[in-house]
Amino acid sequence: MKRFIGFVQKEFYHIFRDRRSLFILFGMPLAQIMLFGFAITNEINNVDIAILDRSQDASTKEIISKISASEYFSILQYIKEEAEIEDAFKKGKVKAVLYFEKDFSKKLIKENTAKVQIVTDATDPNVANTISNYINSILSHYQEEQNRAITQDYQIIPQSRMVYNAELKSVYMFVPGVMTVILMLVSAMMTSISITREKELGTMEILLVSPLNPVQVIIGKVFPYIFLSLINAAAIVILSIFVFHVPVKGSLFLLGLESVLFIVTSLALGILISTISATQQTAMMISLMGLMLPVILLSGFIFPISSMPVPLQVISNIVPAKWFIIIVKGIMLKGVGIHIVWKETLVLLGMTLLFIGLSVKKYKIRLE
Amino acid sequence: MRVILYIINKEFRQIFRNKGMLPIIFILPLLQLVILSNAATYEINNISFGYIDNDHTHTSRALIDKFRASTFFDVSQVFPHPKESDLAMLQGKVDVVLTIPEHFERDLWKDKNIDLGVTINAIDGAAAGVENVYITQIIKTFNKNLAVDLVQLSNNKAQPVKIEGIPLFWYNKTLNYKTFMVPGILVLLVTMITLFLSGMNIVREKEMGTLEQINVTPIKKHHFIIGKLFPFWVIGMGLLTIGLVLAKLIFAVPMLGSLALMYFYTSIYILVILGMGLFISNYTDTQQQAMFIAWFFVVIFILMSGLFTPIESMPKWAQFLTEFNPIKYFVEIMRMVMLKGSGLYDILPQLIKTTLYAVVMNAMAVWSYKKVS
Amino acid sequence: MKEDTVIQVEGLTKVFGDFTAVNKISFHVKKGEIFGFLGANGAGKTTAMKMLIGISAPSSGSAHVAGFDVYSQTENIKKSIGYMSQKFALYDDLTVKENIRFFGGIYGLSKDKISQKSSQLIEELGLEKVAKSLVGSLPLGWKQKIAFSVSLLHDPKIVFLDEPTGGVDPITRRQFWEMIYKAANNGTTIFVTTHYMDEAEYCDRVSIMVDGNIEALDTPKNLKTHFGSDSMNDVFLKLARS
Repeated sequence: MKRFIGFVQKEFYHIFRDRRSLFILFGMPLAQIMLFGFAITNEINNVDIAILDRSQDASTKEIISKISASEYFSILQYIKEEAEIEDAFKKGKVKAVLYFEKDFSKKLIKENTAKVQIVTDATDPNVANTISNYINSILSHYQEEQNRAITQDYQIIPQSRMVYNAELKSVYMFVPGVMTVILMLVSAMMTSISITREKELGTMEILLVSPLNPVQVIIGKVFPYIFLSLINAAAIVILSIFVFHVPVKGSLFLLGLESVLFIVTSLALGILISTISATQQTAMMISLMGLMLPVILLSGFIFPISSMPVPLQVISNIVPAKWFIIIVKGIMLKGVGIHIVWKETLVLLGMTLLFIGLSVKKYKIRLE
Repeated sequence: MRVILYIINKEFRQIFRNKGMLPIIFILPLLQLVILSNAATYEINNISFGYIDNDHTHTSRALIDKFRASTFFDVSQVFPHPKESDLAMLQGKVDVVLTIPEHFERDLWKDKNIDLGVTINAIDGAAAGVENVYITQIIKTFNKNLAVDLVQLSNNKAQPVKIEGIPLFWYNKTLNYKTFMVPGILVLLVTMITLFLSGMNIVREKEMGTLEQINVTPIKKHHFIIGKLFPFWVIGMGLLTIGLVLAKLIFAVPMLGSLALMYFYTSIYILVILGMGLFISNYTDTQQQAMFIAWFFVVIFILMSGLFTPIESMPKWAQFLTEFNPIKYFVEIMRMVMLKGSGLYDILPQLIKTTLYAVVMNAMAVWSYKKVS
Repeated sequence: MKEDTVIQVEGLTKVFGDFTAVNKISFHVKKGEIFGFLGANGAGKTTAMKMLIGISAPSSGSAHVAGFDVYSQTENIKKSIGYMSQKFALYDDLTVKENIRFFGGIYGLSKDKISQKSSQLIEELGLEKVAKSLVGSLPLGWKQKIAFSVSLLHDPKIVFLDEPTGGVDPITRRQFWEMIYKAANNGTTIFVTTHYMDEAEYCDRVSIMVDGNIEALDTPKNLKTHFGSDSMNDVFLKLARS
């Protein structure tokens, strides 16, 4: 046991003496969280649009002023010809063109209906769809105002109650996600080179000859980084609460425990990468190229997993981040306890044991 | 001058001899392109939907059927009581719950309007907003169908007006997310590979001691650097080419604009990335440090590229920062040229900025490479 | 600088922060000499050498190598010298032939010259069987010899060797020194650092550095006489103790 502690101590010294890496390990994740918390958002505002108004009468002017008043849109230019639409889109600034047909007011009075084309640049389909929806609701509003005097159809009026995030703040969605993604990537990166480094520097033989058994070596290598990552995680949670005002409706203690678990899972994954890589360069490339996009895209961090094709939903199950995001959102935003997230917790536990087990096995092979 | 060829020769040999790295450089990115492009979508469908029906009438059932018929929602659960539906929402089993009150049908015919309870899991605020819109639309349609008979009977002079907003989605009629995401993901992958490879390359020689050996030779700085970076430039262009072919074959991503223009721009873009990698390499002593720094920038570049969340939605200061994000320019150009068919004149601003970036970045990289310490 | 002096050093100093690694050393090396630069680990030998080969700028003092100034003419120095680093610095993932071709090319040798030198080198060292093997797969002693030969490819006036015999067996060390003698006989000046005191016996003159200063500079014979020792090892011990 004493040997083991000695080993862990050595690993600690390695880490804390490399000042530059230390600065990077602590400073960077925090800088990223700060950046992303403020910058990453789905909310649409001040989108540049153009107006093509063939009627230029009272109705169109009123609708246009409503749109202009909305914080979602900003009228960049008025165009005169249909041909100009293509040009505006090609330049890339204008995202939508509202095309009012001729004799708008007249048609409203005589035929009770008039048309507006909502032409959007759908190269970003999400923005295009959202713009369409928002403009349609502005039009709907205007329509309802005009029809107020007239007794109407039957109305089932939906009273929507948004739970867990009444103000629809995108921070609630992204901050837990960013936290998870960054923790996972940093942790896996940190340990991924730990074993290959020893190999390349030639100190591996010393380890192999030592009386420490494989499990002790693996765990000894993971241990110091748990400490480091925890500090990172704590800092991130503090930032989330005090800078981004993300609530922690559930137990902070449970959040802490789950974070430790997730960190260990990620570190174990890094060690596994380390045992299967021949050189540092390979290990780094695997943890960088192999983890970055899959974690960002398949964890449910930005894109809802339920919207993905089924095979991908299945694959997403092997991404540890996916499970932790469910846990974090549950504890922070829904206020749930362990009785709700026990399943996800078990999955993470299982993955950790699997990663460590495989690492030990691979490491043993080297011994023989 | 010939010296550069010797270096290029050596680099290529080393890259292709490294059997462990080859799949990572070539197969891994392309595999990710093909698989992950299917993941990136904001489309809302199959949202798990539950309801509490306290009325059990023809009308209430008809309303629920409308939701069942919609592809947006997956009507999977019925709850007897809010307690159960709240629990289910906590457990993540359901994201939308419709609550139909007692005497729903009776009160609707009597008062001509009635409130309907809708509870939406709003953790993903954007999705919740969209779900709300869809719910409202479905209910509006239901409302209209209810009133059809009655409106025909009345001879009301004052008819309700209808303003019809017709959405037209240009360049992507079906709002296919892949058309949008595939080129973007390709950009990310090419960027990552070239940055990581170039960032670690020189540090590796530093760690091994061969860089010192090179520094003692009379080789000129810029010859050395050009020779070192050229192979990675080739790899980047190669990946792009294969990626574009896959994009066309597997995802049928349109290619409206000029392919030559795409290549021209990419050749300059990769220079920016290589310059960055080199610059990072000059200031780090170990591969580990180089990796961490490269990672730091890549994550920021990726998440703030406008690929996943629109740049227009960012606060002004963040938008300003994206001016220094090379990926942002590449994503914009990809979309403009591939999907809109934009020409050289249209992409001129981005092209100029990228070229400037490449010149500055590489100058800094060459300047900061010291043969003498 | 005298006609046959190839290295001239006056008061050369290198300071890192408040640590003086090399403290005002002065010496000169004549053409064709085998000059041993001795000292314990950390005495400042490698730091001093780095200044002479043009990859480290001195803090003060002056030095001329092959007639060129180490402050302002480093690139010219590099054209005239060869170097073998402590780590032997060949590319492990290239073959023997490829390494030779690469370094030959870097020094601007023509294709024919490289080809000729390559066959010559391989024959002399008896490497025919492993010419196409990766250098990384070769034993340490062979790497060392190849590295030395590579440093001579472009027929430099002076060759700097930094601890060239680290970690190899005595027989290989002996063979290596035979190669050094041969090069010196051909007129190449050899500047070699080492912490193996017995190798000092092989040099024409040696200097011994202790904590950044040159504490002794003479032929091995004279030093032994001066210190009343019968081996350079003993000379060094006596110096270190004083």
